[in-house]
Amino acid sequence: MRTDPPSRSSADSSQPPAVRGDDPRGKPILAAQGLGKQFGGTWVLEEVGFDLHPGESLAIVGENGAGKSTLMKILSGAHRADAGRMTLDGRPFDPADPADALARGVAMIYQELSLAPDLSVEDNVMLGQERHRFGWLRRGEQRRKVREVLAVLGYGDLDPRRRVAELSVSVRQMIEIARALAAEARVVIFDEPTSSLTLPDVRRLFAVIDTLRARGVAILYISHFLEEVRRVCESYLVLRDGRQVDSGELSSTDDRRLVASMVGRDVDEFFPRIPHEVGEDRLTLRDLSSIDGPYDVNLTVRRGEILGIAGLVGAGRTELLRALMGLEPASSGSLLLDGKPLGASIAGRIARGLGMVSEDRKSEGLALGLPILENATLGRLRRFSRGGLLLGSERRRTTERLVESFRVRCRGIDQPVGELSGGNQQKVALARLAAQDAEILLLDEPTRGIDVGTKAEIYRRLGAWASEGRSIVMVSSYLPELLGTCDRIAVMSRGRIVAVRPVAEWTEHAILAAAIGGDGSSSDAASDMPPADPRPHSSDGPPR
Amino acid sequence: MSESISSRPAADPSRRTSLGTLLRLLARPDVGPVLAMLLVAFFFWAIDSGGVFASPTNVRLMLANAARIAVPALGMTVIIIAGGIDLSSGTALALCSSVLAKMLELEFGWPVAVTACLLTGVGCGLLNGGIISLTGIVPFVVTLGTMSIFLGLANLVTNETSLEPPRSSIPWWLNDLAAARGSSLGFEGKPWFPLGLAVEGLAALLLGIVLYATVFGRRIFAIGSNERTARLCGIPVGLTKTAVYTIGGLFVALGALYQFSFIKQASARDGIGLELQFIAAVVIGGGSLNGGRGSIIGTLAGAMLAAIIESGVVQLGLKSPAKSIVLGAVIIAAVGVDRFRNDPPDWLRRLIRR
Repeated sequence: MRTDPPSRSSADSSQPPAVRGDDPRGKPILAAQGLGKQFGGTWVLEEVGFDLHPGESLAIVGENGAGKSTLMKILSGAHRADAGRMTLDGRPFDPADPADALARGVAMIYQELSLAPDLSVEDNVMLGQERHRFGWLRRGEQRRKVREVLAVLGYGDLDPRRRVAELSVSVRQMIEIARALAAEARVVIFDEPTSSLTLPDVRRLFAVIDTLRARGVAILYISHFLEEVRRVCESYLVLRDGRQVDSGELSSTDDRRLVASMVGRDVDEFFPRIPHEVGEDRLTLRDLSSIDGPYDVNLTVRRGEILGIAGLVGAGRTELLRALMGLEPASSGSLLLDGKPLGASIAGRIARGLGMVSEDRKSEGLALGLPILENATLGRLRRFSRGGLLLGSERRRTTERLVESFRVRCRGIDQPVGELSGGNQQKVALARLAAQDAEILLLDEPTRGIDVGTKAEIYRRLGAWASEGRSIVMVSSYLPELLGTCDRIAVMSRGRIVAVRPVAEWTEHAILAAAIGGDGSSSDAASDMPPADPRPHSSDGPPR
Repeated sequence: MSESISSRPAADPSRRTSLGTLLRLLARPDVGPVLAMLLVAFFFWAIDSGGVFASPTNVRLMLANAARIAVPALGMTVIIIAGGIDLSSGTALALCSSVLAKMLELEFGWPVAVTACLLTGVGCGLLNGGIISLTGIVPFVVTLGTMSIFLGLANLVTNETSLEPPRSSIPWWLNDLAAARGSSLGFEGKPWFPLGLAVEGLAALLLGIVLYATVFGRRIFAIGSNERTARLCGIPVGLTKTAVYTIGGLFVALGALYQFSFIKQASARDGIGLELQFIAAVVIGGGSLNGGRGSIIGTLAGAMLAAIIESGVVQLGLKSPAKSIVLGAVIIAAVGVDRFRNDPPDWLRRLIRR
């Protein structure tokens, strides 16, 4: 890969010049030079350039707000660049809109899946590129094409007539990729493709990406997970504050350097350990069951403890948290706080100190249209009122204090939460628990989709909370984070807790083995798991 | 996503200049509708050669006409902020005024009749809210159903005719409620200002306090903005929604008093289509049918805008069809401008860029 480093960066002088001359892949498919984009007078992207060759996979990494999405939007035609130029197969490339980009061979797989749920698989794959004669659909030809594309992706057994709404998230994502393939895309852009996938699905996705690459399709890959980036990509480009600060071959960099260029400083202690004392039992679950899981959960959460809940997606982790919060009714068993049973009402549980951060910020965690002020104080409005009348200034003061202490980057507490970046939104969700003065904090994937710097801030906050004697139950799919921050980890599988042990007795492999069910194939499966896989991947590895 | 947001030119809140204050004032959601109303009023004033449009009499008339729509629209505002809609408010209003007229006709006396009218409204709202909260059926469908039910009930009460209770049974205040002017100074103990306007203002003030200064009010916004978040935060969603529709019903009953005061009779047909006028006032006033947004002042301005158009079009010597057409265009324009301000559609963006 050849890059066009901006003049202010000297970071990729490590790039061996030999690679340029001997590049066996010949001319790039997609090349960009000096790309820039401004909104309202501010440059949000400046001097970004790269070459992308057939079969190559380039990682775009950076914190939230670094300009990754803007770059992807320019490439996929959603935005127009205000500076620089792009070429596709040596010809100028300036797509008018995403449909134009797709027609010319650049496809984007969106983070928010962009399918029509009520249409069939076939209709979705061919959406916007229907085969027709004078407006009449050529169903037979379409179906042949769809079957062919699905077969390439290893989904030959999927019935093209099924409604998309019935399919799982991972299959839906495959349909998006199928759409790109049906359009003969030669560059496919992935934006955080694994954020809502289970581990087996992630592996399947990676296999599909390998297949695409073997067919000469070039990949642009955005992700927060460096492990994943190393598995999928061979070269990288780091963006920070809209500028290209580093680029090169992944095999010749270590994670430390990547993280340092992403955040602009050394992240010394990624999982800061704040000493905290674990005290007496607070929350006790006895044979707690809910209709759709969890089943027969026995667990205690102690004062000042961070308890991690690991498991595959669908293992019942979220359901467990929701049952604790009262969002799903328990069907049997009991739930005690300090030895006294918890009532069914959510308001009652909040009053006794429970609080939850939802895994889904957009549709549940926050009211995006409302200002920070409302979102931060919504959990316990009564605290800021007397006789039903709000005490406006106290509410504002508290919110301002929280925004400062959580370092929420915003224009002010009246700014709608939807305008903040993902990391800052999550800080508001956490600040709400602080405003509630919650003592038992139920956090569902609290760092999902959040940049490295913010993650570290959140870990520090969790430690500080624990040292104040608060108890934290954290569900996470990111094992290093569980191992790095928790005191104990419980592993769930098929709606049940299969093991609870102090963190010192766990390794990533052991957790995965327990999550999969410990049927002997675990070590084999674990070695293929993306978060546990440190090996750099080369482009000519065999596609599965 | 985050990029496009951080890139928006942000007004620096630390600079509190008078220009900054003005800009922040202009960013308020209810400024648009108020400006639109003033603009349309200015237009009709400018083209009016006879000086009739801006005469005190005509202004009072427009205000009185606006009040009849504004009062029920205030209730609709709360419902729409909570993410709901009430299609039954038109026929519910007819039912309320039919009950009122029937009771007056049967000579129960006005205290009983008015109480029955208000209770009918509350009952209608409670029924809507209860069904919506308990079944989870979308408000559009539930209130579409109750719209028909209330129409039927109103027809039952009126026996499918028009009720016209004797004048003697109507108290002075009900007689004057929809009037354009008050009595001459303190005559016979009556106030000198238009009674209907005073009631409207009081209702709007109370509702504003409830919406912006109480826990209950904040919960209404939260539910409309994201119902699941509201639940997560321990807000009793079903109960709050039921209360919201009940308030809506109460305002519909108040509206029925205005309606009755205006025409001094009641029939089931009077209410048909009224709900669309209420919704139009809310929407012109900045209310979002997606919930979470709406404004008391905006709704008042929206209702006034409709009244101004009605009057202005008549002054121009145009017939009633023109009024409908102009009003329709204004609804789309008002909401369109509001939308473009926040999020211009692609074609417009491209047009600006070129």
